[in-house]
Amino acid sequence: MKTIIVVGNGMVGYKFCEKLVSREEGKQFKLLVFGEEPRAAYDRVHLSEYFENQDAKALELAPLTWYAENNIDLIVNERVTDIHRSKKSITTASDQEFFYDHLVLATGSVPFVPPINGVEKEGVFVYRTIEDLESMLSYAEKIKKENKIGKAAILGGGLLGLEAGKAVMDMGLEPHVVEYAPKLMPRQLDSRSSNVLKLTLESTGMNIHLGKATNKILGNGSITGLDFGEDDMLNVDMLVISAGIRPRDELGKTCNLEMGVRGGIVVDDKMRTSDPNIYAIGEVALYNQMIYGLVAPGYEMAEVAVNQILQKEVLMQQHIDMSTKLKLIGVDVASFGIPYMPADKGLSIIYENKTKGVYKRINVSHDGKTLLGGIMVGDAEDYSILHQMYLNNIPLPENAEELIVGARGEGGSPFGSAMDLPDDAVICSCEAVTKGAICCSVLEDGNETVKAVAKATKATSGCGGCKPMVADLVKESLKTLGKTVKERICEHFDFSRQELFDIVKLRGIKDYYELLDAVGTGHGCEVCKPTIAAIFASLHNETANRQETIQDTNDRFLANIQRNGTYSVVPRVAGGEITPKQLIAIGSIAQKFDLYTKITGGQRIDMFGAKLHELPLIWEALIKEGFETGQAYGKSLRTVKSCVGSTWCRYGMDESVSFAVEIENRYKGIRSPHKFKGGVSGCIRECAEARGKDFGFIAVEGGWNVYVGGNGGASPKHAELLAEKVDKATAIKYVDRFIMYYIKTAQPLQRTAPWLEKLEGGITYLQNVVINDSLGIADELDQEMQALVDSYKCEWKEAVETPEIRERYTHFVNSDETDSNIEFVALREQKMPKEWA
Amino acid sequence: MISSLKTYETVTTEKVKVWFKAAPTSRFPKNGGACIKYKDKQIAVFNFAREGRWYACQNLCPHKMEMVLSRGIIGEENMEPKVACPLHKNTFSLKNGNHLNGDLEAIATYPVKVEDDIVYVGFSE
Repeated sequence: MKTIIVVGNGMVGYKFCEKLVSREEGKQFKLLVFGEEPRAAYDRVHLSEYFENQDAKALELAPLTWYAENNIDLIVNERVTDIHRSKKSITTASDQEFFYDHLVLATGSVPFVPPINGVEKEGVFVYRTIEDLESMLSYAEKIKKENKIGKAAILGGGLLGLEAGKAVMDMGLEPHVVEYAPKLMPRQLDSRSSNVLKLTLESTGMNIHLGKATNKILGNGSITGLDFGEDDMLNVDMLVISAGIRPRDELGKTCNLEMGVRGGIVVDDKMRTSDPNIYAIGEVALYNQMIYGLVAPGYEMAEVAVNQILQKEVLMQQHIDMSTKLKLIGVDVASFGIPYMPADKGLSIIYENKTKGVYKRINVSHDGKTLLGGIMVGDAEDYSILHQMYLNNIPLPENAEELIVGARGEGGSPFGSAMDLPDDAVICSCEAVTKGAICCSVLEDGNETVKAVAKATKATSGCGGCKPMVADLVKESLKTLGKTVKERICEHFDFSRQELFDIVKLRGIKDYYELLDAVGTGHGCEVCKPTIAAIFASLHNETANRQETIQDTNDRFLANIQRNGTYSVVPRVAGGEITPKQLIAIGSIAQKFDLYTKITGGQRIDMFGAKLHELPLIWEALIKEGFETGQAYGKSLRTVKSCVGSTWCRYGMDESVSFAVEIENRYKGIRSPHKFKGGVSGCIRECAEARGKDFGFIAVEGGWNVYVGGNGGASPKHAELLAEKVDKATAIKYVDRFIMYYIKTAQPLQRTAPWLEKLEGGITYLQNVVINDSLGIADELDQEMQALVDSYKCEWKEAVETPEIRERYTHFVNSDETDSNIEFVALREQKMPKEWA
Repeated sequence: MISSLKTYETVTTEKVKVWFKAAPTSRFPKNGGACIKYKDKQIAVFNFAREGRWYACQNLCPHKMEMVLSRGIIGEENMEPKVACPLHKNTFSLKNGNHLNGDLEAIATYPVKVEDDIVYVGFSE
């Protein structure tokens, strides 16, 4: 039996083993692997994750049992010191000798430590192995004990340096990244994208110093600062050097293999060194005069070496793709092809938006037909497809700028579909999985989910950047089989919300467990329970009091849970109209229960800091004063905001307050897929901001304009015009139908704005449904809405008057004591919850 | 606050020294939970009627250190019984306390028994 010795058990050395044992012919070899580190190969790319969990096992590429199962002898903690080419043997630090038929050098690299005066001082680290991290961590603990905010500098603003910056930030130190070049990630970014990235990183607390040459490391014994010359200094307690890598090529040097002038063991396109029995792969190998510090080329080298040893004619490509995409401290950064270049080579299209921290650049050939490369910072969603266009020389669309700013006009993506790529397009470059392999895994091997395809092909298992494309390919392949990817609400129901809505309605089911037994499986969860509770409420106007354990906590206790587990209380103030007497009543109740009060954005009053057992007492008092619940806790109508309108305002065209009061009372208590809000403005000055609401009315000459689908929140959107200059009754009728149609067809927790955006045909289609009755369901919608309006009752009145419901409002069921964990501190003559520790 | 986490340590049935008489079964909603007090501890007790089982765990959610787990929705994921924290929907196994949708520290769990419609929770001290 022939023997292969692999020196080095890093990511590439491991990949070589994995690829060899996966081949039938590979079984004829005995495989002996040496690793210098005390543990088996781990994922160095995600090293900074070690800080989050300090779980070395999670980074492991394969457990030790894997090596045993595959008959691999792994010897860790042992350095190979010499190669005897004439004898075809190696010797180790403990002076043992082993013989080989093929030798594979995968010794990787060491961090480059520049010869700066003082690098030997205590507190100076490199960033490469788990052991490096552990010693950094214990040093950081020491610093934190001595002074409160320790500072750490990272020498080098490249990819690894920024990762190291994140690591020291996670250790609780103030990070300072120091870079010699005038920009960050100088190999991947141009100066403008570096500026955008710098701004975003600075906003997360990272300090960045560019164009600084470190002359000297200061300190007596241990580091106290960096000296940049000319009286420019930075005081730090720790330094992490991340100034690039150098190949670990001593073994090659001592046995006289051909070496590069600046290091690295020279290999040909078979990954062979100057000795045909010795291969070099990964960061130790000098191929085409270059050392490749990325995982993907390393894996490809492993593949070539395996094939060569098995006497298959597979060669390394001439051109190696150095494209990368990664997430740095939550920021997407990607570059591909030629990221930046002089104008004589091609032209660039640049989009920059500093307010959003986004920069995109694509470089296009002079004839505008080919994509040469590009850079993306802040938004790299389209990286995979752009990268594929670059790799496969796909002709560019006529307006190449659409690739980065999006297509103008109706529908259609400038990219076309992932299915348009050729079958040999490499989708997952870490694992070299082609589009053909992914589609085949779906079409022929019957894998129907991304998870299953990932397991079968290994696609997405490296950096994960190709996941969106793989998901697209799986979805499209399933479509060609006539299967669609089902939207199911959770593992317990194989239905979408809309389907469940219809089932509940048709079968007249009113009980969650009855529905679960009829059409679901298992015992339910926190996703399906509240979703179905909302469906019951929308169909039967059932309050949350009957099936309280399937409700989200806010519905279960009819109040909004707040930061410290206390609740807030909001009575309804329809249209924002409130009498002095009611104001006094709210004031005295809030005072009595020591509640923090604030005017909400919806023109009512929120009272915070109520403990669970106080809720029924507070509501009893409020109800006595004529208030009813404001459903601020529910996925239901919140408020209808109004301006003062023609009753007082000299510009008002109509009575906006009266309309708001009427409409708020009409829709109060109606449960829906998500909360919804309304607004009524008395003229086009729009003081009520009705177009920022789910539905809005604006008085104009000759009637009311009706708007729907607006939203404030995370992605603000103006409501769209549904009908113009209609009378009040018609306006209400249209909005009735709109709300009912939304309730019946939306996804769980989908507000009206995204719902309308996804609705095929958009506002025109909606107008046809609610105005022209194109679906023939207008009558049904009208009746369903009227039934909801007629069956309204105040659920707090119900709760206060029913002893069994009142009993739920106690912190302990075996004690009258209250939660001693709740603590408040003073705030501007009121109070607030104590900060989270 | 970290110290308050340490007050909660999982108790297995073998280690029970005290079976604390908590409350009648009627005080615990079916397929839901309620909170009991034992010495300085707050314990969430769940009546998992669908499975015909009872579970108990610390009431403290380790994410933001709030006493709220008893108010969470219970359910199951691949038949592993779980509770979802009402504040941020972190889910924890009711069997072993493991955090199911993230990597927070596991919560402490306690054995429960029901005799003559009275719920007892087991403690080691």
